Amino acid sequence: MASHDAHAHHPKQQHHFYSMEQQLEASILGMWVFLVTEVMFFGGLFMAYIVYRHMYPLAWAESSHELNVYMGGGNTVVLICSSLTMALAVRAAQIGSRKGQIVNLILTILLGSTFLVVKYFEYKAKFEHGLVPGPHFDPHELLANGTLAPIHLPQGSEIFFSLYFIMTGIHALHMVVGIALMLIILAMAWKGKFGPDYYNPVEISGLYWHFVDIVWIFLFPLLYLLGAHFSL
Amino acid sequence: MVMSETIKEARHSYLDAPYGLKSWLLTRDHKRIAMLYLISITIFFMLGGLFAAGIRLELLTPKGDIWSADLYNKMFSMHGVIMVFFFLVPSIPATLGNFFVPIMIGTKDLAFPRINLLSWYLYVIGGVIALIVLAMGGIDTGWTFYTPYSSFASNTNVTLAIVGVFVAGFSSILTGFNFIVTVHRMRAPGMTWFRLPLFVWAQYATSLVMILGTPVVAITLTLVAAERTLHLGIFDPKIGGDPVLFQHLFWFYSHPAVYIMILPGMGVISELVAAMSRKQIFGYGFVAASSLAIAILGFLVWGHHLFVSSQSIYAGMVFSIITMLVAVPSAVKTFNWAATMYKGAVSWESPTFWVVGFMGLFLIGGLTGLYLAAMGMDIALHDTYFVVAHFHYIMVGGAIMAFMGGLHFWWPKMTGRMYNEGLAKAAAVLVFVGFNFTFFPQFILGYLGMPRRYYAYPDEFQVWNVLSSAGASVLGIGYMLVFTYMMYSLFRGEPAPANPWGAKGLEWTTSSPPPTFNFDEDPIVTEPAYDYKPAGSEVIVG
Amino acid sequence: MSGHAPITPVRTLVTIFLTLLVFTAVTVFAAMRDFGALNTPVALLIAVTKASLVITFFMAVRYNTPLTKVVVVSGFLWLLILFGLGLNDYLTRAWIGVPGR
Repeated sequence: MASHDAHAHHPKQQHHFYSMEQQLEASILGMWVFLVTEVMFFGGLFMAYIVYRHMYPLAWAESSHELNVYMGGGNTVVLICSSLTMALAVRAAQIGSRKGQIVNLILTILLGSTFLVVKYFEYKAKFEHGLVPGPHFDPHELLANGTLAPIHLPQGSEIFFSLYFIMTGIHALHMVVGIALMLIILAMAWKGKFGPDYYNPVEISGLYWHFVDIVWIFLFPLLYLLGAHFSL
Repeated sequence: MVMSETIKEARHSYLDAPYGLKSWLLTRDHKRIAMLYLISITIFFMLGGLFAAGIRLELLTPKGDIWSADLYNKMFSMHGVIMVFFFLVPSIPATLGNFFVPIMIGTKDLAFPRINLLSWYLYVIGGVIALIVLAMGGIDTGWTFYTPYSSFASNTNVTLAIVGVFVAGFSSILTGFNFIVTVHRMRAPGMTWFRLPLFVWAQYATSLVMILGTPVVAITLTLVAAERTLHLGIFDPKIGGDPVLFQHLFWFYSHPAVYIMILPGMGVISELVAAMSRKQIFGYGFVAASSLAIAILGFLVWGHHLFVSSQSIYAGMVFSIITMLVAVPSAVKTFNWAATMYKGAVSWESPTFWVVGFMGLFLIGGLTGLYLAAMGMDIALHDTYFVVAHFHYIMVGGAIMAFMGGLHFWWPKMTGRMYNEGLAKAAAVLVFVGFNFTFFPQFILGYLGMPRRYYAYPDEFQVWNVLSSAGASVLGIGYMLVFTYMMYSLFRGEPAPANPWGAKGLEWTTSSPPPTFNFDEDPIVTEPAYDYKPAGSEVIVG
Repeated sequence: MSGHAPITPVRTLVTIFLTLLVFTAVTVFAAMRDFGALNTPVALLIAVTKASLVITFFMAVRYNTPLTKVVVVSGFLWLLILFGLGLNDYLTRAWIGVPGR
């Protein structure tokens, strides 16, 4: 792997790039091209959502009512906080603050994990209320006195819940990948690998993390807030 | 002296240094990855061809007497899945594209070499999964996986097949993303967009389609798998699902996918036409722009697969008109290639045979597409052999001929060996003749009303089917001939000079085969592409 | 090589963060009122605004090259093609009849 460059270059600069700047630009461009594929991936689900909402507006409104707005809304706040801490982590790498990176990465991971924990409880409630599509789809509602009563949901509701589980499920899978990424970045930051001249992995992982947040920003109102039908 | 020079160069080429299986399996060299892909896709091409042979064998007789109906369904399904996802989509981009895009733009490698290697491993994993599906009996849904049969009723290994296709699709996304960043960010000094070889433009346009389309089929097939395994159904009519929605989502990718399969071939043809005519491509700017136009317009026409699906008539009209429009950029290319050859110094070497074959067959394929684009005609022709003939003219008569042409043209560069020119010309003729005998009768069969995906047919269709099967044998022999003399050339072929065709382009300025880092000195480009002028104008290197 | 990419000040990041929280509250409260046909457009407008803030400031796209910005926009544009031409079918089914039906 003889280097053809006459000048010495940064140890992290790969041989086919002529500068660190080119490498960073290429990485950012590359990550955004990948995020475009993610936009299209989720986009297919949103297309299905739009078509079926058009077909079954009543089912959409009533099924949305069965979702827990507090958990959904709370999770939205959690993710927005995690985006802040992520942006702060990137900034910390840019200014060379090891402590700043570590603190913010840990916070991001904790917030992301909180999201997943809340999600677990949400799903659990759906199971208990018979809202999981398939042979056991048997919608029930939790009454004020704590008992479950069967309810009738309009035609199309099972599709709503299929989409709910698939969209939030795939989103949650992306969160898991994001957390795993952050753990790796945290380990590298701990070892002091990032600084003002090299922080590419933090930057591009951050882009991924923010994107997952953006997906949730759309999922929350579209799934949880339909029909002007609830009061706080 | 040529012998010793090329042997000396071979010692330093990417093929030799470094040595050993591990150095190949862990390589980051785009050229080695291209060769790894070449080996893998050849295996799948042969497998897909085996299924084609099974189909044509059955169709020799009107009755379904060789295979059971179920087995026949599995044969055409596996033929489609393998040929589309495991051969055609990766073919030119992952082999010739991987090998030549960096060299043609004058750089050392793609932007992300490790991701390039990952894409090959993903392709292999997807392929292994497909083989496992095959061993477990294959799928019978057709390569199009239409619901609710695929999500509900089929008792074959649909879910596993979907996983294999998903993984292979992800591999193609990684290839596309690599090319986009590379072409934008890694061109050599002086290599402006309008000095780029048209092959690079074509790969770039193809990559755009890969990025924007593949994820949609990925999620769509994921939904089918979710419906099968988790009962999270959205296509099940019993709960209100719409099977036509599947078709919309599936074809949103699968139509642009056909442009993934043909655009690189068109790029190859542009290169070969210029080189073989020793002439600047007529209307370079138009040809470059037409690649982008095809990529973009190709996303707007998918509904022409849904004309008879209960899609709205109005939407059908919109899709029909745009489909006819998308033929225009392809026609632009065809006219420009012809104009390039006109009054060019055309040399009739083996690549030229493949080029001319391509142009005739692609023309027929493209024109018959217009028949199908007309809604009224499509009502009669949908799901008949007319459709089968149309897309095979493009995919085999077009894409595969172009692939063969490119393989022959660049074989000396990639392997450092020359193949037998006489056999190559013979193979091109055999393939052309065999192809036409295989697929032209299928236009007639479709017009006469023979449905596709049927293993039995009325007696009066037999003569055309026999012709078709006979042609298929000749076609198969032609391809096997290519494989044979190419393999022979690897061991006994004459060492190739740096520029056996006397062609213009950065790849011909380096040795055959190239050194690991492509160029001995970083190129600086000062001339337009295809700068065929009298002696004295060489691309300056270094 | 340091300082070649602009660094977003903490103040900006926190301001955007608070803005996002405000918009989240707005979207919840907006959902409790009925704007008739405007319900969905309002919700989408808020979501798009929030997403744009994340993209521009948290993802620092405002500091990226024009090419990167084009990539960002084209991704969402392509979704519109899927939605638009797809809905073009579903919304027009009754427009042109088929003889005999």
